[in-house]
Amino acid sequence: MGNPVVIVGSGLAGYAVARELRKLNAEIPIVMISADHGGFYSKPMLSNALSTGKTPESILNGDAVQMASQLKITIRSHCRVTAIDQPGCAVILVGGEKIFYDQLVLALGADQVSLPLSGDGVAKILTVNDLDDYKKFRDALAGKKRVTIIGAGLIGCEFANDLATAGYHVDVIDISAQPLGRLLPSEGGSFIRQKLEESGVVFHLNASTQSIDQVRERLCITFANDASIETDIVLSAVGLRPRTQLAAAAGIPVNRGIVVNRLLQTQFSNIYALGDCAEVEGKVLPFVMPITHAARALAATLSGNPTPVLYPAMPVIVKTPACSTVVSPPDFSIQGEWHVDADKDGVKALYRDETGNLLGYALLGAATKEKNNLTAQLPPVLM
Amino acid sequence: MKRFQCNICGLIYDESTGDPEHGIKAGTRWEDIPEGWTCPECGVCKIDFEMVEI
Ligand SMILES: Cc1cc2nc3c(=O)[nH]c(=O)nc-3n(C[C@H](O)[C@H](O)[C@H](O)COP(=O)(O)OP(=O)(O)OC[C@H]3O[C@@H](n4cnc5c(N)ncnc54)[C@H](O)[C@@H]3O)c2cc1C
Ligand SMILES: [Zn+2]
Repeated sequence: MGNPVVIVGSGLAGYAVARELRKLNAEIPIVMISADHGGFYSKPMLSNALSTGKTPESILNGDAVQMASQLKITIRSHCRVTAIDQPGCAVILVGGEKIFYDQLVLALGADQVSLPLSGDGVAKILTVNDLDDYKKFRDALAGKKRVTIIGAGLIGCEFANDLATAGYHVDVIDISAQPLGRLLPSEGGSFIRQKLEESGVVFHLNASTQSIDQVRERLCITFANDASIETDIVLSAVGLRPRTQLAAAAGIPVNRGIVVNRLLQTQFSNIYALGDCAEVEGKVLPFVMPITHAARALAATLSGNPTPVLYPAMPVIVKTPACSTVVSPPDFSIQGEWHVDADKDGVKALYRDETGNLLGYALLGAATKEKNNLTAQLPPVLM
Repeated sequence: MKRFQCNICGLIYDESTGDPEHGIKAGTRWEDIPEGWTCPECGVCKIDFEMVEI
């Protein structure tokens, strides 16, 4: 037997590949290397865990030992890969240990972007990008009442809804004029804003955060216009940056993400990438559904049956119970425009090209009933 | 009738209600759902579900 398939990363992407590959091939040796605890959990559950009654402990689905025996793989947890020796077909761990591979899968995820802010409270800013972060966040919440979220994107809005439902006072700050600015036309933004406000969330829009200072037990956030608010906890959720450094240092082409083709293959034929770290045919899609599709195709490829990934339309459900929302973001590089139907019960926004073809949608409130019917009319994301 | 939960998004499949929107009639047992069926919320396939105690 040759060297194993080495998977770096134990997030949904790493586990999806391991699971799919094991289904196709009971024998092939698989080694998963992870900088974290290496257990299996579902990251999307972090942003509605309070409402669904989950704790960091109950979110962990299986620890590294359980998962290793369930999937018959080797898991090296708390091991960070510091370099890829591409010519030598090995990854190098902290401390210098080398692990050789036949095929290497990079499932490294993405980092939360941090804003360049000033003030002595900056070190107190929390982010939640994995289960360990979430544990820290829950510990920080104990005994506190006020949480301020910077960033009204998908993750920011989900946490805002979850925290407000659990009884926290929630402020949400965003530099743009509406929540979910990258996913919704303005009518949709107003609708979800109103619903979240009704559940207690306070928005500060068109607001640029300048500094965060410690004021006794609290944090004081100051905006560019000198207004300020006080809070107990600051959670930053302003965007993601794919982890490309390892690949770039090994001479693997990177752009926004690690550049891969339809086979999820980098420039080097035995090095692959998927998930939040990857840019597949120019697309960085940091969601679960693309991972599921990519992992299935990649598992087939790794077991000797080269299979290009196909992405159907992949709607994203925004987990804001105060305002049911589902979006299928169009490829905005294609010329088109939003056609919006809004009333007090919901918003149906359809993005159509010049000849009327449906390219994407945003559905809120009552309009979400049309999800399946509309999804069937969408073009595939990658065919 | 049993209930199963999606490992990824937490969606619950309840055999007694099925998933009629996707052609799975009420009362369809877990074993009888075609392998190609995916979670209506997040798109993962059957193997990613686990049984939930009622
Ligand atoms: C709060 C929240 C809610 C979300 N909700 C949804 C949702 O409802 N629907 C949806 O579709 N998507 C959602 N997403 C996005 C989705 O969770 C991600 O797209 C997905 O989890 C990414 O998985 P991944 O495996 O690519 O990355 P990650 O889960 O980030 O995993 C990366 C792994 O790589 C390891 N690693 C990194 N560098 C190294 C190294 N040098 N050496 C060793 N190991 C390394 C890390 O330790 C980690 O194990 C949400 C995201 C968040 C944060
Ligand atoms: Zn699901």
